[in-house]
Amino acid sequence: MPSPKNPYGIETLAVHAGASPDPTTGARTTPIYQTTSYVFEDADQASSLFNLQSYGYVYTRIGNPTVSVLEERIAALEGGRGAIATASGHAAQMLAMFTLLSPGDEFVAARRLYGGSITQFTRTFRKFGWNCVLVDPDDLEALRAAVGPKCKAIFVESPANPGGAIVDLEPVADIAHDAGVPLIVDSTMATPCLCRPLEWGADLVVHSTTKFLSGHGNALGGILVDSGRFDWSATDRFPSLSQPEAAYHGLRFHETFGDLALTVHGHAVGLRDLGAAMAPMNAFLTITGCETLPLRMERHVQNAQAVAEFLERHSSVSRVSYAGLPSSPYYERARKYMPKGAGAVFTFGVRGGYEAGLKVVEACEILSHLANIGDTRSLILHPASTTHRQLTEEQQIAAGAGPDVIRLSVGIESVDDIIRDLDQALAAAAS
Amino acid sequence: MLHHSYSDAYIRDILRSVRTIAMVGASPHWNRPSYFVMKYLQAKGFTVIPVNPVAAGQEILGEQTYATLAEVPGKVDMVDIFRNSEAAGPITDEAIEKAARVVWMQIGVRNDAAAARAEEAGLKVVMNRCPKIEYARLFGELGWSGANSGVISSRRRRIG
Ligand SMILES: Cc1ncc(COP(=O)(O)O)c(C=O)c1O
Repeated sequence: MPSPKNPYGIETLAVHAGASPDPTTGARTTPIYQTTSYVFEDADQASSLFNLQSYGYVYTRIGNPTVSVLEERIAALEGGRGAIATASGHAAQMLAMFTLLSPGDEFVAARRLYGGSITQFTRTFRKFGWNCVLVDPDDLEALRAAVGPKCKAIFVESPANPGGAIVDLEPVADIAHDAGVPLIVDSTMATPCLCRPLEWGADLVVHSTTKFLSGHGNALGGILVDSGRFDWSATDRFPSLSQPEAAYHGLRFHETFGDLALTVHGHAVGLRDLGAAMAPMNAFLTITGCETLPLRMERHVQNAQAVAEFLERHSSVSRVSYAGLPSSPYYERARKYMPKGAGAVFTFGVRGGYEAGLKVVEACEILSHLANIGDTRSLILHPASTTHRQLTEEQQIAAGAGPDVIRLSVGIESVDDIIRDLDQALAAAAS
Repeated sequence: MLHHSYSDAYIRDILRSVRTIAMVGASPHWNRPSYFVMKYLQAKGFTVIPVNPVAAGQEILGEQTYATLAEVPGKVDMVDIFRNSEAAGPITDEAIEKAARVVWMQIGVRNDAAAARAEEAGLKVVMNRCPKIEYARLFGELGWSGANSGVISSRRRRIG
């Protein structure tokens, strides 16, 4: 089903998309436009910018030249029509739901999600009157049944953090479209190098660019990518895009901007009012990260596969959930949706439960004990005592983060060194 | 020619070669899409003549509005159609009559029979596209709004 209509290879897009030489200075690398605001040419130009009648920059909360290079870069990598960069991955999720939902509305989300997303969806979003219904995305009938008349979107994460479960995107997209709602995929763990959800029927993609896209653990960020394919005016369910917008004197975004409606709205209304814009410096670091993304992902998945195979043979390890292993229930799905590798983040169970889990994490010398993924460095974490701490034990287990579970984000160091470090940490925990 | 996609070179040649555009269906209301496009094209140096029987005689963005294409005085290089696909048929015939070189139909507007007649008469045709978006896409501004322009270039480009 993937139909790569882009004439350029992904490695070329990763280096070039969105970034021509600076027209004024010829600077070849994208400059960091560290400015809050932009001088108008004259009063008429100013008013047409405020009316969205021409393209240009007004204020960095709404748009910035460094940030828009990143937006075009990632939109191109995903095969999307446009993108909106945000201050963090959570801000991108907030922006997506803000655009689609009104108070009293609902969305259906996979119950296997990054723990922070479950908290954001089920606690904080409730304060805005947005109700999140969590379901098992592998139970397609339950999913279909959960999509009620107030539902405005289906949200899944694939692979899911931390357990690495892979969502069957094609039938899930069909369920969304049969119900007249968009499918949103959090593709943070896959990156466009391993899976491009828009090619499998998704309508929107969100990323925490904090992870592999920036890739070096040095810049927080997020992005919302739009395929441009969803017909926002087919029903009256998406008034932000299909109905007159009072703040722009009755302009209808979908009618006026066509397949760019969500991209334009995300800046002109979303970032304007939510305020969670990405900083130019972070955009610069993330652009630089994107340039080596295809190379890094190749090494990340190669190392992850070797580490997963090592752990599966280890006597202190009770199980490894990595979709790159034939023992995983998601192995076939990974081969379909992620033929180049099942990502670099996965979990394993350590014999000895909660206490043993904590000891392994504390005994590592090369792997860093911290709450992030997608760094050049290998990272290790005990979710039950950290990222998934705010969940009930039942929710922890459902999210693949039970008490004995350890999460790895395999880096790009020499794989023998990563394995040796884990081996000694497991030995230390067992003694 | 097939009209499901256009090469960048085809669109770029059109936008570089036309100067005077008759916009059929131009609205005098500032929050309508046609007004946005007219204002933008004017800012890029095009002369845009509005055609709209309801607004005939009024000025839109400083230009006199005419009831029909035939009434527009002087030469018209391109006719930009802001009407539905069916209405685009007779308007295309008027564009041929007016000796325009290009017929352009806006996003959502497509009339293959009319396009064939125009091409037969030697006109270039673009359908289901917006000249504002295409201009911005090919001359470096579209990416400013977070859009994917599809353009990759290692050259120092003139913007706008
Ligand atoms: C899969 C996934 N989605 C979203 C987020 C949230 O992103 P951020 O921390 O950039 O807000 C994370 C962060 O850990 C994540 O792993």
